[in-house]
Amino acid sequence: MQNKRNMSPKKVDIPVQDPIVRSGNFEEVALGYTEEMAIEEANRCLNCKHKPCVSGCPVNVKIPEFVMLITEGKFEEAYEKILETNSLPAVCGRVCPQESQCEAKCVRGIKGESVGIGRLERFAADWSMKNAEKKYDTVPFNGKKVAIIGSGPAGLACAGDLVKLGYDVTIFEAFHLAGGVLVYGIPEFRLPKDLVQKEIDGLVAQGVKIRTNMVIGKVLTIDELLEEEGFSAVFVGSGAGLPMFMNIPGENLNGVYSANEFLTRINLMKAYKEDAKTPIMRGEAVAVVGGGNVAMDAARSAKRLGAKDVYIIYRRSEAEMPARLEEVHHAKEEGIIFKVLTNPVQIIGDDNGWVKGMECVSMELGEPDQSGRRRPIKIEGSEHVIDLDTVIMSIGTSPNPLIRSTTPDLATNKWGCIEADAETGTTSKEGVFAGGDAVTGAATVILAMGAGKKAAKAIDEYIKSKEA
Amino acid sequence: MYKIVRKEILNSQVKLLEIEAPYVARKAEPGQFIILRVDESGERIPFTIADYDREKGTVTIIFQEVGASTLALGLLNEGDSLADFVGPLGVASELEGVKKAAVIGGGLGSAIAYPQAKKLNQMGASVDVIMGYRNKDIIILEKEMAEVSDRLFVTTDDGSNGTKGFVSDILQKLLDEGTEYDVVIAIGPAIMMKVVCDVTRPHGIRTIVSLNPIMIDGTGMCGGCRVTVGGETKFACVDGPDFDGHQVDFDELMRRLSMYKDKERTAVERHKCRLEDQVNAK
Ligand SMILES: Cc1cc2nc3c(=O)[nH]c(=O)nc-3n(C[C@H](O)[C@H](O)[C@H](O)COP(=O)(O)OP(=O)(O)OC[C@H]3O[C@@H](n4cnc5c(N)ncnc54)[C@H](O)[C@@H]3O)c2cc1C
Ligand SMILES: Cc1cc2nc3c(=O)[nH]c(=O)nc-3n(C[C@H](O)[C@H](O)[C@H](O)COP(=O)(O)OP(=O)(O)OC[C@H]3O[C@@H](n4cnc5c(N)ncnc54)[C@H](O)[C@@H]3O)c2cc1C
Ligand code: FES
Repeated sequence: MQNKRNMSPKKVDIPVQDPIVRSGNFEEVALGYTEEMAIEEANRCLNCKHKPCVSGCPVNVKIPEFVMLITEGKFEEAYEKILETNSLPAVCGRVCPQESQCEAKCVRGIKGESVGIGRLERFAADWSMKNAEKKYDTVPFNGKKVAIIGSGPAGLACAGDLVKLGYDVTIFEAFHLAGGVLVYGIPEFRLPKDLVQKEIDGLVAQGVKIRTNMVIGKVLTIDELLEEEGFSAVFVGSGAGLPMFMNIPGENLNGVYSANEFLTRINLMKAYKEDAKTPIMRGEAVAVVGGGNVAMDAARSAKRLGAKDVYIIYRRSEAEMPARLEEVHHAKEEGIIFKVLTNPVQIIGDDNGWVKGMECVSMELGEPDQSGRRRPIKIEGSEHVIDLDTVIMSIGTSPNPLIRSTTPDLATNKWGCIEADAETGTTSKEGVFAGGDAVTGAATVILAMGAGKKAAKAIDEYIKSKEA
Repeated sequence: MYKIVRKEILNSQVKLLEIEAPYVARKAEPGQFIILRVDESGERIPFTIADYDREKGTVTIIFQEVGASTLALGLLNEGDSLADFVGPLGVASELEGVKKAAVIGGGLGSAIAYPQAKKLNQMGASVDVIMGYRNKDIIILEKEMAEVSDRLFVTTDDGSNGTKGFVSDILQKLLDEGTEYDVVIAIGPAIMMKVVCDVTRPHGIRTIVSLNPIMIDGTGMCGGCRVTVGGETKFACVDGPDFDGHQVDFDELMRRLSMYKDKERTAVERHKCRLEDQVNAK
């Protein structure tokens, strides 16, 4: 393959499903690069010596190296290069906020668009899944057992690294299916579930045991895992799954969902399929309150269920929205109506207790607050009502209290997050490590995965130090 | 997989299943519940733990066939397995220190109230049990309840067993006669629990109710099960399902329970069609 530098200021377009067509189905929106497109895009990389992109990646993926391998047509090698520091490339290539991480640091981004690092990562992973036969070297067990609580990206990454070191790893998952937010939260059209399943099957093939339907704190406590079930260490990757509500009047009316409930019904329970056993409301006019990835996913899912009007209601301006740029862009293409600088005051019900509208006020931006973002202030007299039949609250989540309430000696902060060392995941309780959303509060897949990997290393050191 | 080791048909609509689930059995307490899925495409449906055997490692549930999923569950037999069975969920009933209790069950609720009556009886408390049914043909667990109670009252809406009236009428009569209780436990349809609370409120008797809103995960991650108690929103699956009945907004609970009524009806139709197809194909 010829190594011709591509000096185009724009990324090679990625084929996507037509917006009108896709807003009526749950199939994946972006279709991925072909080999030719990937090589062309990879040739936009300048292979900078100081590698600014790598410093922008929370797990320091060896970006220029893998991109160069793509330019040479060495796709499997590129995939393996990514795997050296990232356990879930097919997932991260699709859901990482690249524009604020690796791609934000890309030199090509100064005078045009950055290199499409995320698209290339996804390409390498998809290519390998499709073309390379997966063989796993099973490492002989070293006789030590480690328990992992939660099967989201943090738990999966931790399990993957530990099994490679010879540990006998068991993941305990509360739900009937492993994957965490990757299966119950992020929709099929953004992250196909069979892809997540393949990652999990890979871990099982390497010897990781997965025990679903096990709610730790209820069926077994952490103390019991350590003292009675024979585990030498425990990693807590239980996420931040507790939905918050606004505490405004009308939130318990029929037709008001948390985004977690709405998305769980759709993704985990497949309520979007005609013959699904789990029901869901298919609203005509739906408002999603919030501006993050979760809000975009809920809004775009509501559209796909057949809603005519779907609104994003966000109290700051679009510039402050925490969602990935691509999701905002896709949502707009699909006809989602953005009502920014708008804040709900109350939800209005009909005589039978069903949602019929939401009263909102308009906002303006004042001085920056603690988060550094400009504080939204209510404009007096701007009350107005939007007619709706469904409201989805997507204003954030916090860690579930189940683990902390049954593990009194595990220190948590005032938000209910487990206190853990950022480099090792060490907690206040001996033998217990933690990482991911359970520690940071709702964050990202890559940070959770990175935390799981760091904890795996620390757990290995801890167990070896106990033996010595 | 979670194997069914015993199946009993208690009346035309109510069945009992004893299921192998050793980890759940080890921790189960009265007042807690489980969530199960019948098969790989099933919905997650909650059931109260009606009994448990720690040694055998089994958990018993008693259920009424009211819709597509419970009908499908009712078709399973001894030796079959459930796809999923998770628990114990929710907090156990607080029965510490109770000396004199009334346990009141409406319909299927009588069966669900059995573990509480049994535990109180084992604790040495004096227990009056009041069970109410629509008619005498559907009375269940009478013998079991008699064994764990000091006095057992069984009423029917139509008087077909000789005692006509609602459970709340009996409770009212007992209170009027001067009977005193530390606690009244009411389990059954929301409307029945509401009426019992209205009876006990003027007497200031602590009244525990067991709420059954629509649930999915049962671990506090969806908020679908939210109920208003004392003006505050609670998640019934983790904060309950037991609550102080005098604080519960029953009207909201009943309204929220009807959220999927239309869809449920379609599901039953579809289920019946499929059964008929199966029968016709044979
Ligand atoms: C709708 C949605 C969209 C998102 N989009 C993006 C995106 O585009 N990009 C991005 O980077 N991030 C995104 N995120 C955030 C990202 O998914 C999370 O930060 C990440 O999944 C956290 O990983 P985790 O392993 O810490 O926890 P989770 O993925 O939450 O997994 C925790 C697991 O632990 C289980 N669990 C909890 N308690 C117990 C217990 N007591 N016993 C046993 N198991 C338990 C849970 O059931 C769950 O399976 C999104 C999140 C949501 C909800
Ligand atoms: C904590 C708790 C304990 C329960 N214990 C028992 C029990 O011991 N025995 C028993 O027979 N029933 C019990 N129920 C009710 C039982 O879960 C429902 O009857 C069952 O889910 C109905 O499913 P279906 O598909 O057969 O009927 P559907 O036709 O789907 O529904 C019939 C009615 O059941 C209720 N319901 C439907 N789906 C759910 C759901 N996911 N969660 C809760 N309620 C729902 C609704 O009010 C609905 O109108 C309990 C419910 C809860 C929340
Ligand atoms: S059932 Fe989901 S929070 Fe209670």
